Amino acid sequence: MKPFTQHDGLVAPMDRANVDTDLMVPKQFLKSIRRSGFGPNLFDELRYLDEGEPDSDNSQRPLNPEFPLNHARYQGASILLARENFGCGSSREHAAWAMEDFGFRAVIAPSFADIFRSNALKNGILPIVLPASQVDQLFGEMYAAEGYRLVIDLEACTVLRPNGESWSFEVDPFRRDCLLKGLDDIGITLERSDAIRSFEQRHRDRFPWLFEDIVL
Amino acid sequence: MAQTLYDKLWDAHLVEQRDDGTALIYIDRHLLHEVTSPQAFEGLTLAGRSLWRRSANLAVPDHNVSTLKAERDGGLNALPDEVSRLQLQTLDDNCLAFDVAEIPLNDVRQGIVHVMGPEQGAVLPGMTVVCGDSHTSTHGAAGALAHGIGTSEVEHVMATQCLIQRKMKNFRIEVTGSLQPGVTAKDIALAVIGEIGTAGGTGFAIEFCGAAIQGLTMEGRMTLCNMAIEAGARCGLVAVDDVTLSYFRDKPLAPKGDDWGRAEEWWRTLHSDEGAAFDRTLQIDGESIDAHVTWGTSPEMVTSVNGRVPTLDEMPDETSRLGLTRALEYMGLEQGTPLSDIRPDAIFIGSCTNSRIEDLRSAAEVLKGRRIAPSIRKALVVPGSGLVKAQAEAEGLDRIFLDAGMEWREPGCSMCLAMNADRLMPGERCASTSNRNFEGRQGNGGRTHLVSPAMAAAAAVAGHFVAVDALDSEGVAV
Ligand code: SF4
Repeated sequence: MKPFTQHDGLVAPMDRANVDTDLMVPKQFLKSIRRSGFGPNLFDELRYLDEGEPDSDNSQRPLNPEFPLNHARYQGASILLARENFGCGSSREHAAWAMEDFGFRAVIAPSFADIFRSNALKNGILPIVLPASQVDQLFGEMYAAEGYRLVIDLEACTVLRPNGESWSFEVDPFRRDCLLKGLDDIGITLERSDAIRSFEQRHRDRFPWLFEDIVL
Repeated sequence: MAQTLYDKLWDAHLVEQRDDGTALIYIDRHLLHEVTSPQAFEGLTLAGRSLWRRSANLAVPDHNVSTLKAERDGGLNALPDEVSRLQLQTLDDNCLAFDVAEIPLNDVRQGIVHVMGPEQGAVLPGMTVVCGDSHTSTHGAAGALAHGIGTSEVEHVMATQCLIQRKMKNFRIEVTGSLQPGVTAKDIALAVIGEIGTAGGTGFAIEFCGAAIQGLTMEGRMTLCNMAIEAGARCGLVAVDDVTLSYFRDKPLAPKGDDWGRAEEWWRTLHSDEGAAFDRTLQIDGESIDAHVTWGTSPEMVTSVNGRVPTLDEMPDETSRLGLTRALEYMGLEQGTPLSDIRPDAIFIGSCTNSRIEDLRSAAEVLKGRRIAPSIRKALVVPGSGLVKAQAEAEGLDRIFLDAGMEWREPGCSMCLAMNADRLMPGERCASTSNRNFEGRQGNGGRTHLVSPAMAAAAAVAGHFVAVDALDSEGVAV
């Protein structure tokens, strides 16, 4: 995982509540057995005018001129500004992979769905929760100023606006540490193998039927 | 100290609590399917890691399988879609390479992972259960701590048998009294989501309790917990009682002999203690719930079948006005339209929410001796598993569906998410027993209305949404 310390990025809008992961990556792309290459299909149904298939040549497809991420002013955006309950629905991590592959490093919203938030964090994308009033203000400032950028500092847990004012946000300390160092969860947990083994032994003594082999 | 059901399950699986607020939680059962596992197996291989406890894992193909008998009969090699075939083949290959138990495509026990799990007793009360699928919440019906995880977590569970978690908060939803005739677990779920919203349960484990919940069968409880995720809660829970115990008694993988006795002793403790503290509570009068239909593109956009689509001036703020406008445009509906004026083109009875035997029985009861309206262009009945299918056929339900003019398919996720050929065309409107009415969920441009199986059947017959008990007075007599 790419470490996340400080990030200075262009901001793009996703101005609707309850953006679900089906919308982020439609089901036909879930047939892929890989974890990369989903960027061109992020928000596929909003982004293109035709229906995409896994083998489509995305560079040849007609773009929806109304979709902000297709607008010149948002090209190269790496921070997504969004509304309530971002990432709800399916647990598909493809949504986070697509965000990452597209180039997003952070999403700012008043709230996130639990599974998406956890998937994002595991893929080096920082979900930042700010109060709805501040998110509103960011939307306003972003629409008003082309090239609107924010500086996110994970060390300090702040979002710095162009006017020099910064807002702080909260993030799970464990997740913050993993992101700052780019650490792999599995490695961290395996360091606790002895604790897991001794728990497992007690658990087995108490509930032996849980440990039977599955004979089909 | 008085504990909630969730507290008890958490404590029984707590490997260690860390100072930063996270905890390592031990996972008893890991269910796998073809869509969210390949990248996890690949990750294990790349890192040179192995499965921590092989016997915890059970796989089944479901999301991407064909539901056509002709295509299924030829096995994997006969599947026309090459990309899907590779994905299904990859699951088989991975299970073989890692020695993971897998129920293969054409086994009678194959089915939607959340139907197959409890049916086999692969999921049991008191377990922690995870799967790379958000509807893993279904298994909370068994009094198990069950929730969906992403693929990185799938890999984490494979390699460590644990998850890194933060304890959720406790939310008790009590449904008192009894339900009116024709009102089902699906309607409770939709009514709850209508009340608290799709983010209302975020950060919570929801325990459903009260007389109306105790009165539900295991199938009904599964329908309800299945939809907990649509209320934002990663898991739903129902306390263990006699209904639970008798459901699991004869399941193939349930404990036998002395083990059953020991298990029952522990399972009998799986309820919230008197006086246990909840962070949030909600009480709903069961009698007040009527049959529900969603009209928009989020499960919270829902109302009674006798209601109507809201109007813009009823919306509290700008974001919800925008949301309503966009939803109506997508759904091709006008504000204020009575739900009973909405006419579906397609019917889908299936999915991990409503494809169990009780669901099929309740749809069949409405359809018996009737035919679907001529305006219905497709009507699929997709049983949740091969065993459900066999049971339905033994009861003659398949004949009822076929005689009514519906298709009787092979088990799988099918038109719930439309990964296979079962999908809506742009603009097509569907009465669906599944769980998500998101834009494009059932096919690009498709329009989904979530309902119970009985309501889907009634809509099929009438050609528009209608309460089941109003069917006769419509002149659509048997
Ligand atoms: S039936 Fe639908 S919701 Fe259930 S597991 Fe399959 S795709 Fe997911």
